[in-house]
Amino acid sequence: MKNPIAERITDFLKHYPPFSSLSYLNLLEIAKTCQVIYLEKNQTLFKINDATHSFFYVVASGAVGLSVTSDADDVLIDKCDEGDILGLRPFFAKNNYLMTAKAREESIIYAIPIETFKPYVIANPEVLSFLLESFASNTRNPYDKNNKGKLISENVIYNDQSSEIQYYQPIKYTSNPITASPNDVVKFVAQTMSSSKIGSMIIHENRKPIGIVTDKDLRSKIATGLYSIDVTIDKIMSSPVITVADNLSIAEAQIIMLKNNVSHLCVTKDGSTDSEITGIITEHDIVVAQANNPGVLLKQSKRAQKSADLKEVREKLADLIQHSLDKNVPINHIGSIVGEINLAITKRAIELAIEKIGTPPPAQFAWMNIGSQGRKEQLLLTDQDNAIVFEDVPEDKYDTVKQYFIELAEKVTKTLNKVGYEYCPAEMMASNPLWCKSVSDWQNQFKGWITAPGEKGILMCTIFFDYDFVYGNETLVDAITKTIHEETHENQLFFAYLGADALKNPPPLGFFRQFLVESDGEHKDTFDLKGRALMPLIDAARILSLSKGIKNTANTISRYAKLAELEPQNAPIYEACGDAFAELLKFRTEEGLKSESDGRYLNLSELSKLDKVKLKNDFQPINDIQEVIKNRFQLTYFT
Amino acid sequence: MKFNWFKKIVKDYPKFWETYLSYFNENQSKEKRYVVFDCETTGLDYKSDRILSIGAVAIQNNQIIVGDFMEVFLQQDVFKPESVPIHGILREGKEEKIVEAEAVIRFLDFIKDATLIGHHVDFDIEMINQALNRLDVGKLQNQAMDTDIMYQKLKYLPQEQHSSLDELCDIYKIKKSDRHTASGDAFITGLLFLKLKRKLEI
Repeated sequence: MKNPIAERITDFLKHYPPFSSLSYLNLLEIAKTCQVIYLEKNQTLFKINDATHSFFYVVASGAVGLSVTSDADDVLIDKCDEGDILGLRPFFAKNNYLMTAKAREESIIYAIPIETFKPYVIANPEVLSFLLESFASNTRNPYDKNNKGKLISENVIYNDQSSEIQYYQPIKYTSNPITASPNDVVKFVAQTMSSSKIGSMIIHENRKPIGIVTDKDLRSKIATGLYSIDVTIDKIMSSPVITVADNLSIAEAQIIMLKNNVSHLCVTKDGSTDSEITGIITEHDIVVAQANNPGVLLKQSKRAQKSADLKEVREKLADLIQHSLDKNVPINHIGSIVGEINLAITKRAIELAIEKIGTPPPAQFAWMNIGSQGRKEQLLLTDQDNAIVFEDVPEDKYDTVKQYFIELAEKVTKTLNKVGYEYCPAEMMASNPLWCKSVSDWQNQFKGWITAPGEKGILMCTIFFDYDFVYGNETLVDAITKTIHEETHENQLFFAYLGADALKNPPPLGFFRQFLVESDGEHKDTFDLKGRALMPLIDAARILSLSKGIKNTANTISRYAKLAELEPQNAPIYEACGDAFAELLKFRTEEGLKSESDGRYLNLSELSKLDKVKLKNDFQPINDIQEVIKNRFQLTYFT
Repeated sequence: MKFNWFKKIVKDYPKFWETYLSYFNENQSKEKRYVVFDCETTGLDYKSDRILSIGAVAIQNNQIIVGDFMEVFLQQDVFKPESVPIHGILREGKEEKIVEAEAVIRFLDFIKDATLIGHHVDFDIEMINQALNRLDVGKLQNQAMDTDIMYQKLKYLPQEQHSSLDELCDIYKIKKSDRHTASGDAFITGLLFLKLKRKLEI
């Protein structure tokens, strides 16, 4: 008998691996045996330690989160979207599920009986290898070149990047560490250690560990003058070195260190001192493993060798943001952490670019992030905005110097683009000759914008006044800051223009307190969160802090905090604005993560009643702050 | 020999009907089974219009069992050209067709004692009952649940306010492919039923 429902399911499955490797008829047979499950938001499909089901699952619509439990908290490991497979465990292992699968939104799931699918797996090597690879590697869809795949295995290999503290999981350590032989000279060893950025080195004889030298040894035995810097390393090494076998859990490693009062363990083949060295575990590895976390990512970005490494960091950062949001970490904390990591990525991209060019910069320079990057409010991947300022150079050299920095900027922006930061469509990037110039040129530029404000100048101000020093010589940026504050001080006309600009977006509620939604275009009937709610608060913070002469603070929340400090009489308004901004930014970030967009447009019909009330409450401060601006800069007659 | 006074009163039903009735006598210990079904018909008048096709699929344990499925197309004695654009079933279409009696017998054999689910299910049940009547047997004995009424209950809507399957699909974001084929509608209604059932905590 024909079964149109099964056909419908087949039509769906055939688009996704591993089903795409099967013939239509085979798939139809499989589809006939499936079951269709509906999951409400937060309903669980299976739990950790549940006996395995006789099905595995494909997400037909919606999204299912996979999480593990640690310290009584659910830690999200991965999210399965349309076409993703989960619950593969029963294929390969007899024991219970190691993860909890819970619907993150309303979902429809196809349950495919493992018994029916098994024969196809055995008969089709491609299907088998797909499942095996995904089960074993934990790298999601192995067919996806960018490693940003879909399929998630149940075989959780906790490495320190994929989850939070996993105290009883094997510790990840440095394998094949750099070693020295006992006859090496201290000075040479110390040089190697600093050039490889490591804090310890194992001393070996025939690949067997006989001792270890750490920063502490160098400090207490060389720097104090106890030994000369020319002695051989065996004079100052600590011996014997504590050795352990592979597969140590974090907890065990920590206990062994405490027991022996050491900060380094040497991993050997069989765990004894009489076998070959295979790795080194440091206290740092333990910290890192327990707090998978910004620290690791920072370290990783500092050590990155190519743009792919940086891209990996940025991808993990997205997970980190999701975890943090799930755990209700305050948004400004998340923001500052993410800001630091974005900063580290950019810094490293600049360093790599300089290395690639091969000649050191011909003049002092500073790299600035501007716009939302400058404000460190960029939680999602949005576009890059940046600029370069370099020191004043003699006129005859100006062109070659500028050329160097433009080339540098082109390399950096290209790397950043590969990492995932889109190019700025308006070319607000250091690779644009307009935004790569000397200090005096920048000072004149800002003077021009400030003294002769026009529509365009004000637009530029709103972008370039939010800058953040990233790399190079900070005094160059300070010089620009100084000029801005001199020029804007008591400059009524300028503030009038800037104020009018800050008020161009009225509070986003209509007369009946209904949401004002986009009335046409691609985003019809959605709410423009950025334009209608975030920008007014950002603009207001900028003009008020400029008028108060607040320096070196571009972040909107920090600006409101500073303002509240300086003007206690208005503190409640400023604090409310800061809180509202944090809340709105969270809305945007969550929306962005959910819909894999920049989160600018909210679909109101998808919001819960509670969320709508929250949103509306966040709009009240916009009203208040705009009143403050109107009165303070006497804009009533201006516009 | 004892004379059975009731023999003439108890009607002698055909075998399929006896079998069907017998399902209701069994102990209800097994897991509850629901059957979502939909009939495509020549029109909306159950007296003069006829069933064109029946699609049905079972739900057990909150899961649609894709393999537990039936679909039949009926030979048409009454043919209304004006309804063809809606259901797309031609009198001489390529589907294999069976007579009404055969279709209804297969349907009874499929549903057994399951609770019937449909959108505006009363109409579909009435269509089947009319067909049963033509076979000179009783009416459907199954319990029935209507997704439209479930939605009314969920939203506390007044009884006279009805919602179409299309409207509910939009509200609950169910893709409407295969709409207006009996089994396609049955599947969509099945998804809708699972959602409503969960929300009503039945």
